[in-house]
Amino acid sequence: MSALLDGFTVVAVSLGALFFLAGTLGLLRFPDTLARLHALSAADNLGLGLVVLGLLPQVASPLGWIGLIAVWLLALLASGTVSQLLAGAVRPLDGAETQARDNPAEGPFS
Amino acid sequence: MTISLVVDIGLALVVLSLALWIIAATTVYRAVIGFIVYGLLLAIVWVRLGAADVALTEAALGGGLTGLLLLGAAARLSHHECVPVFGRPAAGPVVGFRLLVGILCTLIAAGLAAVVLLLPEPAPSLASEVASNLPATGVGNPVTAVLLAYRAIDTLLEAVVLVPAMIGVWSLATDQGWSGRPGFLTPARRTSALTLLAQVLPPVGIVFGIHLFWIGADHPGGKFQAAVVLAAMWALVLLAGLREPPRVGSPPLRLAVVVGPLVFIGIGVSGIWLADAFLAYPAGYAKPMILAIEAVLTLSITVALVFLLAGPPAADRSADGRR
Amino acid sequence: MNGATLFGLCGAGLIGLGLYGLICHPGALRKVLAFNLIGSGVFLLFGAIARRGGGVLSSAGTGIDSDPVPQALVITGLVVAFAATAIAVALLLRLAETTGRTTLDPNGSDPAPPAGRKEA
Repeated sequence: MSALLDGFTVVAVSLGALFFLAGTLGLLRFPDTLARLHALSAADNLGLGLVVLGLLPQVASPLGWIGLIAVWLLALLASGTVSQLLAGAVRPLDGAETQARDNPAEGPFS
Repeated sequence: MTISLVVDIGLALVVLSLALWIIAATTVYRAVIGFIVYGLLLAIVWVRLGAADVALTEAALGGGLTGLLLLGAAARLSHHECVPVFGRPAAGPVVGFRLLVGILCTLIAAGLAAVVLLLPEPAPSLASEVASNLPATGVGNPVTAVLLAYRAIDTLLEAVVLVPAMIGVWSLATDQGWSGRPGFLTPARRTSALTLLAQVLPPVGIVFGIHLFWIGADHPGGKFQAAVVLAAMWALVLLAGLREPPRVGSPPLRLAVVVGPLVFIGIGVSGIWLADAFLAYPAGYAKPMILAIEAVLTLSITVALVFLLAGPPAADRSADGRR
Repeated sequence: MNGATLFGLCGAGLIGLGLYGLICHPGALRKVLAFNLIGSGVFLLFGAIARRGGGVLSSAGTGIDSDPVPQALVITGLVVAFAATAIAVALLLRLAETTGRTTLDPNGSDPAPPAGRKEA
């Protein structure tokens, strides 16, 4: 039984690593920032989910499961927000675009 | 050559190449982003070295808060750049000087490497003394025992050091801004994504910070890591523009910063009467006193860290939002 | 060669790299970054010493796999290094605000900033 669980861990974590590799490939090869952001956020979230899934059998207590899943959810939240912010910096939404055009010297801090 | 050694070699190589990137990057932005990644990888190195408390502190403070500080500085400095001096082909010292400095730095690194390779065997260690006296302190985490029982004087001095650092940052204010609100963490405009994050994450972060503080007695964690997480949540709320930074002159916050070191010193002085030495705890009361010190210090360090991040106080904005 | 020695050597290399950056970069923010590199290299040296001290203990069954005293020193050092970096950054920003320069070198200049906030 434990050998089966260990095998599941190895397979899931390897698949997760493969997704991370795919995301990094997208980061290096895609032409512009928005495509790279999409590759990174999608592949990394899925890769992290698979890694967390693979590590669940290795943790003894249900509290540890909550911790691992919380790590995945928090990483999802953070990477989603950061992707939105980076994309907004590259291609601002309409209101911010006018503001950026009128105040070209204004950075993120005033 | 075991698998773990291969992993360690890979990790050390990535860390060294990231350090090379930080030194060799062409713009400050790239160097700072490399530094943030470097801080996070260093946290993994600390886990490999068996120091989980240090890994938590490095990830939160070294990678997170220092990265925030430096990224903000890089953003602000992009507006003020030096005028290049005519006749100087490259920025900074000439190639010959760089070569000489490079050789000397290599020699220094080689000397330190020789020291590392010639460290005495068997390695001297205080771990056995720490372990044998651990039950008397009442805590289960040996690092917490060292920080608050064996070497409490170091922790006291470090908690005190944050106060003059904060005063040093405050002393850089202009005359108009003398007791106003600090300006480094104030955004020029609000974005909906950051607003969402600053509304969803802080409750989770506060619970997590208090959990880190409580669990530091017996497992990796403790007041520094908790204070850094709480300060990060407050900084996030400020960065999203959901709250104004607190006034530097506000008495409750100034009290919050000093109450930690004062309580620590008070308990230390009371130890002279109760247990015959400064910062000694009376037998049987060690754990409650340690917890009391940690709780008050968490509050003080959180406020001090936020004030350190937020910068010198600045003059209030005029009605149209510009200074 | 075990993990502790390896990371100790890594720390020595980081100190050398940081020292080079501290001396050769004209811009003050790069110097602050290099100073942080030196600091983390020194902490890694402490960590290597701590790990070597702890390996002795695994037979005693205390569950401590690295010497806690250097670990506590490193945690203290990390907090103090952050405080120093905060003051350095505040000083640097004040210098830039009042004189418009980002270096104390009277002849030096910083590499040009990235053009806008687009693909930097």
